[in-house]
Amino acid sequence: MPLGLLKYGIRRKYKSERYFPAAKPLRDTYDVVIIGGGGHGLACAYYLARDWGITNVAVLEKGWLASGNTARNTAIIRSNYLTPEGALFYEESMRLYRSLAGELGINLMYSERGHLTLAHTDAAIRTSRWRAEVNKHLGIDSALVLRDELVKLCPELNLSEDVRYPVLGALYHPPGAIARHDAVAWGYARGAMHRGIEIHQQTEVTGIRNHGDGSIELATNRGSITAGKVVQAVAGMSSEVARMAGIKLPIRSVPLQACVSEPLKPFLDPIIVSGSLHIYVSQSARGELVMGGSTDPYPLYSTRSSLDFTEGLMANMLELFPFLQKAKVLRQWAGIADMTPDFSPVMGLTPVRNYYIDAGWGTWGFKATPVSGFCMAETAATGKPPALIKAFEFERFDRFEQVGERGAASVGH
Amino acid sequence: MKIINCPLNGPRNAQEFVCAGEVVEEPAQDAAIDAWADYVFLENNLKGVVHEWWCHVASSYWFIVTRDTATEEIIATCPPADFLAMQKETKGVDGA
Repeated sequence: MPLGLLKYGIRRKYKSERYFPAAKPLRDTYDVVIIGGGGHGLACAYYLARDWGITNVAVLEKGWLASGNTARNTAIIRSNYLTPEGALFYEESMRLYRSLAGELGINLMYSERGHLTLAHTDAAIRTSRWRAEVNKHLGIDSALVLRDELVKLCPELNLSEDVRYPVLGALYHPPGAIARHDAVAWGYARGAMHRGIEIHQQTEVTGIRNHGDGSIELATNRGSITAGKVVQAVAGMSSEVARMAGIKLPIRSVPLQACVSEPLKPFLDPIIVSGSLHIYVSQSARGELVMGGSTDPYPLYSTRSSLDFTEGLMANMLELFPFLQKAKVLRQWAGIADMTPDFSPVMGLTPVRNYYIDAGWGTWGFKATPVSGFCMAETAATGKPPALIKAFEFERFDRFEQVGERGAASVGH
Repeated sequence: MKIINCPLNGPRNAQEFVCAGEVVEEPAQDAAIDAWADYVFLENNLKGVVHEWWCHVASSYWFIVTRDTATEEIIATCPPADFLAMQKETKGVDGA
């Protein structure tokens, strides 16, 4: 067997292929420039080429591909949101996700686990029922389950009443899934590059100036670029980049931390979330428990990790899974989340002509990657945001018309 | 654990405090609706040195923290009266 493998390796018949085409030099004009080479920016580039035939496009990334929040989230995908605007939007994202691996030709390890949002109080049961009814009305698979069903769906869960917050029931969302987040970005990047779009890493935008004719000049660490249109997709740094364009956003940048345990024998099938305990956890294909909690208590642009976070999170983890008390934390990290006042994104037009924004992705960005790329591509191509993201427009704050998405991750009820 | 030096209670655990956001001036009661929308929703959200309202929860004491949001360093804390007096002084110098 090893000899066979060696023979396979040295035969010229099976040449290795570069995953990404070779990088091209940076030019000084493009029809569209996308600031941010994370999942959202790359998806936008892909759909610009696929659906609108626009390929004179550059994606500028200050670090390396998908090095920001795309690689830092806990990879949960679901659509059981509370507002009709949010639920329909994320449902469309899940529809795109299901066929994405085949379309991009990369294994996304998309794994439908079922998603349980635990309710520990009567108020949370009421909200779960409310969310389930909104979801069912919109054709989303979602239901309230009580303890008798919960014990079958997740036998490992501690349903004892002798804890601080006994579990009363849960909102059950069978299509809830996890996926390999890096692969989503790499798949979109390759798809975009094969269609002629350029991706420039280590290219940081340092200044933005709009000309009278509608074109926008971007100063970068590699020289200046003139763009017909610009899409900003830089979750975490949204306020700082928008400031260069003269736009003030309704966003606070707050670290969101997460961690993984050492690999454990597979025991946890569904994704477990608790708003009251501020926790979400799933078990990866490698056996690691991927765990996250609520955002840090104050705004910060540093991706440092804190002991407060791990301590607080583990106290709550042990309430749900007491047998994990000897399990070790393998690594811990943080991403900077764009928190908006209504827990919904800010997408579409801005006060600056031909400058489009995809921001405010707080703790709900990864699951929206395909649909936000799809909608931002249409926005950039036509200058008109599609109906699906109308509710998320920046202007809603001028009209005091927030979306109020309390179905967002780890928001207590 | 981070320690915050409360002007009223001295050094205390950061967990005893809440951050209420940057210090901004409230618009006049009859200001245009845009000015109010800006005040209510929009944030400077600066990466760098900012002045913020913080509250020591146990004693309900409000004060001003000067903090670097890039490095997480707390530079200074002071009672609101001192901060407002300082702001007035700076404005006076600028002639504003």
